[in-house]
Amino acid sequence: MDNKKPINLTLKVWRQQNTNSDGKFVEYDAKTVSPDASFLEMLDAVNEEIIKKGDEPISFDHDCREGICGSCGFMINGNAHGPQKGTTICQLHMRNFKDGEKLVLEPWSAKAFPIMKDLMVDRTAFDRIISSGGFISTNTGSAAEANSTPIPKPDADEAFLSAACIGCGACVASCKNASAALFTSAKISHLAHLPQGAVEKDKRALDMVAQMDAEGFGACTSTGACSAACPKEISLINIAKMNREYLRASITKKQEMAGGGEG
Amino acid sequence: MLDFLKSTVGRKYIMGLTGLVWMGFVLAHMAGNMLILFSTDAFNAYGHAIVSNKPLLFVAETVLLLTLIVHVTTAISLTIENRAAKKSRYAVQPTGVKSTSWASRNMGFQGSLILCFIILHLITFKYGAHYETTVNGVVMRDLAKLMFEVFTQPGYVIWYVVCLILLMFHLSHGVHSVFQSFGFLERKMQAGLKTFAWIYALIVVGGFLSQPLYVFFIHQ
Repeated sequence: MDNKKPINLTLKVWRQQNTNSDGKFVEYDAKTVSPDASFLEMLDAVNEEIIKKGDEPISFDHDCREGICGSCGFMINGNAHGPQKGTTICQLHMRNFKDGEKLVLEPWSAKAFPIMKDLMVDRTAFDRIISSGGFISTNTGSAAEANSTPIPKPDADEAFLSAACIGCGACVASCKNASAALFTSAKISHLAHLPQGAVEKDKRALDMVAQMDAEGFGACTSTGACSAACPKEISLINIAKMNREYLRASITKKQEMAGGGEG
Repeated sequence: MLDFLKSTVGRKYIMGLTGLVWMGFVLAHMAGNMLILFSTDAFNAYGHAIVSNKPLLFVAETVLLLTLIVHVTTAISLTIENRAAKKSRYAVQPTGVKSTSWASRNMGFQGSLILCFIILHLITFKYGAHYETTVNGVVMRDLAKLMFEVFTQPGYVIWYVVCLILLMFHLSHGVHSVFQSFGFLERKMQAGLKTFAWIYALIVVGGFLSQPLYVFFIHQ
């Protein structure tokens, strides 16, 4: 079968020793790549060759390789997670590329995501946004009987769609402003749709937006690059939801008062 | 509330709100000026009616000037921060399903040129040559004569066409984006909103374009 024929590629990969050093592009050949291999498996093979030559292999983040953990991700020819929609790099297969193609691999670019090494960036800024409010404060104990908390189907659907965000950072990487609006809004929106999360939705919106800004991410200019690049296809409606949650919370902000009891 | 206005989200509301004022203005400005295609007297009388209503004119001009200043300064502050947030551009730009529209990526460039246009446009017309005419016994400014004078010069017509096309792109993104910024965007609205924004942009710019082109090709 023709489409099973191995392909040869040229990779132009960003190599950088650490955060403070200067980086540069280095070219590598990826020879006889199976179209059934994933992009990361192809890189593994390239790394084997690099190691055989006694050089340092290309560093890249990866973990589950099932498209659900959010660890992997870098730019392939300017596309976050490569050319295919709704896919993480680990789930991107080499059949998407043509024999003889030249691919430019670059790490996510954002001030808030400093490069650690080669294609790896530090995404702890996302963790700090989550720590600022992406949770519910009640101790839920063991799982309750599902039907004891009725949630309308459309709300549950929206919450599930927002919760699909794996925090990979492709939204920030693809945005010309390195805005984290899609990531932050997915978390705000996910919890605000559910009764367990709705109690703290005002505080959450205020704190998470403040943390997002403090981390040095840019502002949203609605280009839609984030949603197009998102491996989980998180919708821009989350950003609209975040904006109105944030506006409402800013106007109706309540304060803790003396005499209110210990709670 | 100060935190809100300083935040990236709050400033999107400011951009949207001030943009909304100008979206309304360009539509009204275009619609009123369409009179030039039908009657110079009606066009002059319409202009005279606007400048005669001093309190209304003052309010309208103040609101337009203030919203423009806020829109531009907020855009500058956001652009500076956004550029700082993106440390470096990629060596390769995205193509295919993950690329974005030219209009959405170049709002700053379009806006800068539109701002230059607004300033020059005011110098050309509002503060331009003052001719007089009499319509129904009332002496008034003959703006139609000035308009015919300006739009018979090819250089002016080309400049107007270029700036109006930029305005079309600016509106096509802005009209759509304001819904997202304000938080009105819902899943079922997404496709329709983009079409609505383009129709709005085409109506405004199509109307505006017809005026200098009419003068240049038909009127003379």
